[in-house]
Amino acid sequence: MATTPAASPQDHPADAFLSGATRPAEGTSIDAAAGPDTGTRADGAAGPAARTGSFRHAAGPYFGSYGGRWMPESLIAALDELEETFEKAKVDPDFLAQIADLNKNYSGRPSLLTEAKRFALHAGGARIFLKREDLNHTGSHKINNVLGQALLAKRMGKTRVIAETGAGQHGVASATAAALLGLECVVYMGAEDCRRQALNVARMQLLGATVIPVTNGSQTLKDAINEALRDWVANVDSTHYLLGTAAGAHPFPAMVRFFHEVIGEEARAQILEQTGRLPDAVCACIGGGSNAIGIFHGFLDDPSVRLYGFEAGGDGVETGRHAATITLGRPGVLHGARSYLMQDEDGQTVESHSISAGLDYPGVGPEHAYLADIGRVSYEPITDAEAMDAFQLLCRTEGIIPAIESAHALAGAIKVGQRLTADQADPAETIIVINLSGRGDKDVETAAAWFDLIDAETAAEASAEAVIRAADTAADQVSAAASGTPSHAAEANRRNGK
Amino acid sequence: MTVDPNVSGSTAETPGTESSSPETPGAPSKSAAAIDRARAQGRAALICYIPAGYPDVQTTIDAGIALARNGADLIEIGIPYSDPVMDGSVIQAATTEAIANGFRVSSIFDIVAGITAATDAAVLVMTYWNPVLRLGVDEFSRRLAAAGGAGLITPDLIPEEASQWLEASQKYGLDRVFLVAPSSTPERLARTVEASRGFVYAVSIMGVTGTRTAVSSTAEQLVADTRAAGAARVCVGLGVSNADQVREIAGYADGVIVGTALVAALRDGGVPALADLTTDLSSGLLPAGTEAH
Repeated sequence: MATTPAASPQDHPADAFLSGATRPAEGTSIDAAAGPDTGTRADGAAGPAARTGSFRHAAGPYFGSYGGRWMPESLIAALDELEETFEKAKVDPDFLAQIADLNKNYSGRPSLLTEAKRFALHAGGARIFLKREDLNHTGSHKINNVLGQALLAKRMGKTRVIAETGAGQHGVASATAAALLGLECVVYMGAEDCRRQALNVARMQLLGATVIPVTNGSQTLKDAINEALRDWVANVDSTHYLLGTAAGAHPFPAMVRFFHEVIGEEARAQILEQTGRLPDAVCACIGGGSNAIGIFHGFLDDPSVRLYGFEAGGDGVETGRHAATITLGRPGVLHGARSYLMQDEDGQTVESHSISAGLDYPGVGPEHAYLADIGRVSYEPITDAEAMDAFQLLCRTEGIIPAIESAHALAGAIKVGQRLTADQADPAETIIVINLSGRGDKDVETAAAWFDLIDAETAAEASAEAVIRAADTAADQVSAAASGTPSHAAEANRRNGK
Repeated sequence: MTVDPNVSGSTAETPGTESSSPETPGAPSKSAAAIDRARAQGRAALICYIPAGYPDVQTTIDAGIALARNGADLIEIGIPYSDPVMDGSVIQAATTEAIANGFRVSSIFDIVAGITAATDAAVLVMTYWNPVLRLGVDEFSRRLAAAGGAGLITPDLIPEEASQWLEASQKYGLDRVFLVAPSSTPERLARTVEASRGFVYAVSIMGVTGTRTAVSSTAEQLVADTRAAGAARVCVGLGVSNADQVREIAGYADGVIVGTALVAALRDGGVPALADLTTDLSSGLLPAGTEAH
């Protein structure tokens, strides 16, 4: 792989603000390799024109000074095994053919690129195209990654996969891949997320997975990851950790991106086919950042294409209740990688807040941290209210109910469209591609409560009952399995024996 | 005893490179010295873990002193952290409570100073890495050394990511206790042993902290493999909760590390219960049949 990052870790001044020092001032280039007019966070798309080398296919383990393996020694052998298996598989024609076949005949790829003409009227009149990952089997981009990793698990001879999930999309996708390939599946999900996404809990169970509600900490995605890592340490011989986002220890960020690169490659070809040229901007939502890195991948080396990642602004970044990791975080290590992180003065992870369970994560993938620092991608926060306005707008203008995660990208694209068309005689000269990463079926209850279409208390009670049922089922399955397979027995011991 | 402060001869330090340091870079390893004192008595060392600030800072100091006075040779004070992926439910509950009670990372230096002022035990800090990064690796190391601390046990830091810590620990004369696991390859064992100072922490099983009824037989093999990779001192932890387990491990390791059982004792019976359990655990350090009582 002959990628040459423009800035090597050694000359990356980000190291200077490693230990909790304040970040460089907004608009200050911290990339020595970038010119003085490049690399600003607010105007990120300007930078790479002056650069040489490719940003695509960055292999890890480091992205600038980010990434790496900040992990317990117990898991390093498993990470090495995974890396070796992945590196062989990604150049193995048989493996690539398997992926291509599943993408086409199981997931339904290529996903459509749909022009959203009525929605576009609200985005300054720019032409808006939606990359329809919502049409994939299981309803989001997540299927791309789980099929790839589940195939790798089989190659490694593992019989069990574990996964964390926030919105439930990755859990559903993991349960789906496990069912398809005959793997045992356990999904860790924060109890708060189980409440918000009760239907997805049921979906996972229908697919044969065991869902374990996690009651530690903030009871959301980060705590589900912690619990999955504890499971992995104890069961690593039989188990692959099917991490759902482009974060975590090497090789996960580069590997998860690899399986999502198809989004960007398809989108680039489709926009060229439909409009005859590259877009002016590509917009995606960012939690851990897997759908975003997937679509950005197609355009990273096209300097004319501005790239925007929209983080969850929650109640507003000024309130402290948000998940705008890159916007307001500082570099730190969490879940195996050095990246931007929402943390307090003591380095304790700060709980994130978002109406969107899938974006409610206080970290972000390390490749995004690097792309933010060098200014190739601009990252901006979108509040819950802005996202829900965009959610409703897409429903009513295009007949498409988006995932609330994806609604953050829609809201951001409205702003970008208005900005980019501000001085243009013909706004339709501006072309924006939005990654519509998932569909909103799972969010109907949340949205109905937000828009006062149903009684919120009734909805909450129904959800709470669903969580209790999920917890009971999980407990039953764990205790029933205590005398069963070795991996189950180990898990039961681990959960009961301390 | 010889006074090689290092786990491995290949990590011999180069005194004098940091002449402005308040500590002597070539200062003997406090952890190694404590293990060697136990060895001179014909026994393994007892290493006892408690979390800082559980339930408050003064209790941690009192508990640390009680550990030292009842048989602990080394004391491991854990920094409560929001995302403790290597800890089981007992330690998670304790550290979560400590944080809820207002624990601040900077109080770790008061705790270490309070214990080292009153006892001869070597006091190590066990910490996930982000709190150290946040304060600054050099600043953390400087303050730990000034408080009389022996060094750090780092459960989520591997030598490949530890360049700042290697530098700071060298500068301030602190021990670097990295972990090895049953899954570690011979190459990784060699690398970790070479990077370590004081002793190497061998995790007895593939899992997280918590008491277990039996200590895996893989621990003995791991100790042998780690010694073969060049380690002079290898201590075993994870799952050790009673004197019988201590006795078994003391038969082949240089030290035995106990955590969860002590935290449970502190939770259920306060410092007196902690002291009683420590006395009991230390009775397992001598070979079977040699107990005086």
